[in-house]
Amino acid sequence: MATSTMEFKIYRYDPDRDEAPYMQDMSVQVDFEIDRKLLDVLTRLKAGDDTLSYRRSCREGICGSDAMNINGKNGLACLTDIRDLKQPVVLRPLPGLPVIRDLIVDMTQFFKQYHSVKPYLINDSPRPERERLQSPEERDELNGLYECILCACCSTSCPSFWWNPDKFVGPAGLLNAYRFIADTRDEATNERLDDLEDPYRLFRCHSIMNCVDVCPKNLNPTRAIGKIKEMMVRRAI
Amino acid sequence: MSNSSISVRKFDAVIVGAGGSGLRAAIQLSEGGLKTAVLSKVFPTRSHTVAAQGGVSASLGNSEEDHWHWHMYDTVKGSDWLGDQDAIEYMCRKAPEVVVELEHFGMPFDRTDEGKIYQRPFGGHMSNFGEKPVRRACAAADRTGHAMLHALYQRNVRANTQFFVEWMALDLIRDESGQVLGVIALEMETGEVVAFHAKATIFATGGAGRIYYSSTNAFINTGDGLGMAARAGIALEDMEFWQFHPTGVAGAGVLITEGVRGEGGILRNSDNERFMERYAPNAKDLASRDVVSRAMVTEINEGRGCGPNKDFVLLDITHLDPATIMKRLPGIREISIQFAGIDPIQAPIPVVPTCHYQMGGIPTNFKGQVVAADGVPVKGFYAAGEVACASVHGANRLGTNSLLDLLVFGKSSGDSVIEDVASGEVMHQDLPAGFADRTLARLNRLNTQTGGSNVNETRLELQRTMQKHCGVFRFKDMLVEGVAKIVEIEKEVARTEIKDKSQVWNTARVEALELDNLIEVAKATLVSAEARKESRGAHVRDDAPDTPENPNGRDDANWHKHTLWQREGSSLSYKPVTMTPLTVESIALKTRSY
Repeated sequence: MATSTMEFKIYRYDPDRDEAPYMQDMSVQVDFEIDRKLLDVLTRLKAGDDTLSYRRSCREGICGSDAMNINGKNGLACLTDIRDLKQPVVLRPLPGLPVIRDLIVDMTQFFKQYHSVKPYLINDSPRPERERLQSPEERDELNGLYECILCACCSTSCPSFWWNPDKFVGPAGLLNAYRFIADTRDEATNERLDDLEDPYRLFRCHSIMNCVDVCPKNLNPTRAIGKIKEMMVRRAI
Repeated sequence: MSNSSISVRKFDAVIVGAGGSGLRAAIQLSEGGLKTAVLSKVFPTRSHTVAAQGGVSASLGNSEEDHWHWHMYDTVKGSDWLGDQDAIEYMCRKAPEVVVELEHFGMPFDRTDEGKIYQRPFGGHMSNFGEKPVRRACAAADRTGHAMLHALYQRNVRANTQFFVEWMALDLIRDESGQVLGVIALEMETGEVVAFHAKATIFATGGAGRIYYSSTNAFINTGDGLGMAARAGIALEDMEFWQFHPTGVAGAGVLITEGVRGEGGILRNSDNERFMERYAPNAKDLASRDVVSRAMVTEINEGRGCGPNKDFVLLDITHLDPATIMKRLPGIREISIQFAGIDPIQAPIPVVPTCHYQMGGIPTNFKGQVVAADGVPVKGFYAAGEVACASVHGANRLGTNSLLDLLVFGKSSGDSVIEDVASGEVMHQDLPAGFADRTLARLNRLNTQTGGSNVNETRLELQRTMQKHCGVFRFKDMLVEGVAKIVEIEKEVARTEIKDKSQVWNTARVEALELDNLIEVAKATLVSAEARKESRGAHVRDDAPDTPENPNGRDDANWHKHTLWQREGSSLSYKPVTMTPLTVESIALKTRSY
């Protein structure tokens, strides 16, 4: 058995009980044979203290529930290897969004921006009897875009989103905007570009690239944003 | 708290669950103009449909000839003849329509060179009534569930569906006549309890794979719909049938899609032998999941497992072109690296059969209406997806038929609600006196319980009991013992204690309430399994072996029937399997082999 103790500093706040947030020292016995990921260890910590609160579901990096700030960097607990973590492991809620409790943030603003880009296929032509055709090459344009899991690691690591969460769409929303712009089946490209041609909605992105650095699915919102800008330039000339 | 302290919100319809089936139903209702509330424990795109990988079946015939009738035959055979043939015909005939519709919603399917939806082979799907594997699984790389769930959510954004995100439904409301009038739900952020008073209630709450210790399922898959239905006096159907997916990552439980074998992956034992050739000479690695899982466990039990403890087998794709792996299976490569620490381009993946899917559930007809034992619909109550038992999967589900089930019955349940509301078949009825008593008593007990049992430990005990007593192979004595253990665990569940008493986002409370549901499912499963004295599909017992009179241990004379488990008194009854399809001839009972 390869057991050892892991030390944590965890952001705690229960508005029902606490006057103010605080950092709590916690430690737990970990079995490195069984526990691989941070989420495994959080499960152990919670078994010892059921008040510790965080979101989680699929535990395999596809649902996007357990995003948090781990040793200063946003990531998914279920995809973070515990062996790589410097101790004490400092866990905080995703930055820039209001905290509801402990590691749980209010994601309303994040989803509002996602919804603002009309994240759905717009094609009001009569529906054919069979599928709409799309070549493999055209379909390949959606790779690196459709895989977004809406975990918010990117947007909440973006200084532009911190300053203007109500006006700047943020990397996740813009990546998804481009997912539909890039889809040959979508008929609303011009309206989508019009909507983003705005000093805030798109142009608050200053290519800091924190989003690329933290994306647990290795997606590249900065590249998608660049493509949108390129299309705006191209249609202007 | 009393009833009067609960606020009541009125809707035409309430949908509980926002995975594939809930979202598909919601599209029907929102676009149909009904005032609808969709409740979900998690943000919709976090529902477990997101984890489905390999594909959704439909006989589109994009790469080779295919026919819905062949699909129907395969599904009946896959179900070991326990599936209802009217529902199976309905699903397989509707498949092309709902998959094309999904493409129109924006689903990013992979494409053939002609620009059509890409299709790959999958276990148990054959051409020409069982002849040879056919390309029927419509796929978006190995992220089909993710792509589908997002496309369905996006369509709902367009339709302005009203979601109640991070609300947990706690109990069903029924009146004296048995009509369903909605649900009582808990808002996780505030702790507020609200009654959703509806003309129609659709359960789309998914499965309960978390009754097992080793499961591909998400933490949230706790059988909430089943628990609520059971407590409200609805029988649960065929709960002894659980699918063990052949390829969960050894140790981690995370799913590796059957699409890996569809793309050419091979299972090997410690002798490096392609052992499926011995168990299924025709379909080999693409036999039905129950068949493959049993073959794997047999290999391991007979000492041909791999690794230091000889406790897993290997899934090998090292012979595939790395470009194919990167294009068609990028997600499983990621998972293998993350959870098995190996790159499947270079080394085979260690895998073991892992609990994956619940074939049984709330009994429904193919219209998505919940039905009583006599087949008469329960007024105001509908169910679709994994929580429901239509029954299209019978004793064993074919891969890719789950995503199809979500689309077909999500849609049909939505259509049924629209029809029943329009015709006045279901209307708002007054909430009965004391409608919230049971729910409030549960919450109150949790708030005041002292000296009780620990939620985490009790759940672990439940999961270990299910794993040990009701797994891939089942044993008479172990089943009897398992029932007794579950009855003991049930007593612990009734006295769980939580330390967290906060009203705000109290996950300890949620987990305790989930355990109330898990125990109902576990008990239904063990009691139903102990009673079924034959082997069929995923339910295989040592005292019902393969004999000339009963090939594969299946005993049609006595057991070709659906189980119905009632919570009250934990009693069992049975109902016949529907052998009459809607338009074609019945597919007669036959010995199943691949």
